Amino acid sequence: MTATAGIRTVTFREAFREGLREALATDERVFLMGEDVGRYGGCFAVSQGLLEEFGEERVRDTPLSESAFVGAGIGAALGGTRPIVEIMTVNFALLALDQIVNNAATLRHMSGGQFSVPLVLRIPTGPGRQLGAQHSHTLEGWFAHVPGLRVVAPATHADARGMLAAALVDPDPVLIFEQIGLYGVRGELSVDAGPVDLDGAAVRQRGTDVSVVAYGGTLAPALDAAAELAAEGVSAEVVDLRALRPLDSSTVLESVSRTHRLVVVDNAWRSGGPGAEVVARVAELALDQLDAPVERVGAVEVPVPYPRHLEEAALPSASQVAAAARRAVG
Amino acid sequence: MTGAERRALFTTMLRVRRFEERCVELYSAGTIHGFLHLCIGEEAVAAGVLAALGPEDGVVSTYREHGHALARGIPMESLFAEMFGRTTGCSGGRGGSMHLFDASRRFYGGNAIVAGGIPVAVGLALADRLRGRDRVTACLFGDGAFAEGEFHESINLAALWRLPLVFLCENNRYAMGTALARSHAETDLALRAGSYGVRSWAADGMDAVAVQEATELAADTARAGAGPCFLELRTYRFRAHSMYDADRYRDRTELEAWRARDPVELAAAALAADGLLDDAGRKELEEAVGREIDDAVRAAGAAPLEPVEDLTRFVTTATEDGS
Ligand SMILES: Cc1ncc(C[n+]2csc(CCOP(=O)(O)OP(=O)(O)O)c2C)c(N)n1
Ligand SMILES: [Mg+2]
Repeated sequence: MTATAGIRTVTFREAFREGLREALATDERVFLMGEDVGRYGGCFAVSQGLLEEFGEERVRDTPLSESAFVGAGIGAALGGTRPIVEIMTVNFALLALDQIVNNAATLRHMSGGQFSVPLVLRIPTGPGRQLGAQHSHTLEGWFAHVPGLRVVAPATHADARGMLAAALVDPDPVLIFEQIGLYGVRGELSVDAGPVDLDGAAVRQRGTDVSVVAYGGTLAPALDAAAELAAEGVSAEVVDLRALRPLDSSTVLESVSRTHRLVVVDNAWRSGGPGAEVVARVAELALDQLDAPVERVGAVEVPVPYPRHLEEAALPSASQVAAAARRAVG
Repeated sequence: MTGAERRALFTTMLRVRRFEERCVELYSAGTIHGFLHLCIGEEAVAAGVLAALGPEDGVVSTYREHGHALARGIPMESLFAEMFGRTTGCSGGRGGSMHLFDASRRFYGGNAIVAGGIPVAVGLALADRLRGRDRVTACLFGDGAFAEGEFHESINLAALWRLPLVFLCENNRYAMGTALARSHAETDLALRAGSYGVRSWAADGMDAVAVQEATELAADTARAGAGPCFLELRTYRFRAHSMYDADRYRDRTELEAWRARDPVELAAAALAADGLLDDAGRKELEEAVGREIDDAVRAAGAAPLEPVEDLTRFVTTATEDGS
């Protein structure tokens, strides 16, 4: 960590850890649990040092029992604590789907508003490390399908640092999808960085010719594509959705009403994903604003293969985003 | 057990040990990618379990399965090729280290979700029962998997239906960085499994002969219609969880104590004591294994990569434009 005049450079990992440390230090109801979060320091070293600082009661290692410890997080939230539950990666969240979808998402509604579940789930996600089909899933969109869950995908250091605090204030379940590929990436963060809004998309780069909508792991390739396009004289606007539920259509619609062209980018398979939802909303609410067919960039619909050349071919890239934008601009 | 059988167990363990050591080199050289979980220290489990099975029996394994695959008879060349992502790999290069498959040897993988293979093993055993086949399914998994609901649901189901299944828990005392006693309130896994109404016991997982004999008894019991058996094979991994793991959670003296019971050297010493293996014999064997590995690595490295145009092969439900 290096500091100059109110700004320092941190990794995403450090930004997430800073959020965790602050949460544990400022609210005694907060505790962290998950597989290898304590003694091991977290599978991706995000919670390194927290066990030593806050002790075993509040930084709890769990057995390999995803359904049980996520469900226990729901119960502990009902019981007046503020659990932060880490699921080692989204691939293993599949074993806890019942608790997340049938309990966390529904209890407020089913109980007629008597109960709420102030649970935060931290879920590392993202393909691209040659880990094969079972370890390369991108399923953020599945969770975003479910009313009752709030789903966020921090893609900047400020969001990585600040979304947790906001999530803990929320009286309902929040799922924070952390991009594994970003953990080691450095960026600037204000010394007094703090909580950020959970809702609302953000325009990360202004542009006039085409709107590129991305989130989580696709923001970086979208920005890279925008730089590539700028060199060719094409001005791309890059919108970071930030939250997949609730989805901020208005920022997207406003952008499209200026550029009249739309490219959506998913790390996930295109069918039924967040990008598809964005396109559907634009079609419903602003079809007349479009001057060109919508372009979609996403993962090829195949389980992610192990060999590098096939994995690369299966996943979206900056050059594909740039090519899609060129087609849209015509 | 005959001298020839004991020598065969030793040869398998030596092949697994040297194979895994070569994997480390190839990973460091950037030839193998992704996650790589080695079974160095656990060779007696691989050799003993697989020696107890017949070719018609089924095997379900985990991501720490190189030893199981080798002991099952899958050629080294196709294992290396798989890890190099080549078409001649045992899974066509699509799976990598964690997803070794071989239909011809009834080797059903290579599952990277902890406990994910266990219910599938129940189904394989159920199919054998329904089709009246006289064979068993061997299901290998770790001590960490014993904490998953999928294990507990599966063993109850298999016991209820008295299926021809052997649960083989490779207890290496750690689930990634979490020690057994930090995952389980009762660490006697065989004791707990016994409560499901199955025959259950523990064996020394550093002794290939003991593992083979225990697995034979378990398989015979299951085959005879007496229902599934559970075997806890007590062992230890000498290396980190995976190549990503800095291995900072273990006491070096614990590691050294287990290394003193290195299954490969224990077997070598026992063979030597009985006059079944001398220094010259060991040297010869080492050289043969070294040549086998060299040849396999060379052939695997020369095999082709799959063309990118074939990306959506094996996906029957891709959208119309294939993407
Ligand atoms: C359901 C699930 N949760 C977490 C993981 C991450 N993970 C992979 S291996 C492992 C430890 C498993 O330990 P054990 O079952 O004892 O097998 P071992 O690795 O010791 O052979 C963990 C936590 C996973 N692959 N699947
Ligand atoms: Mg283990």
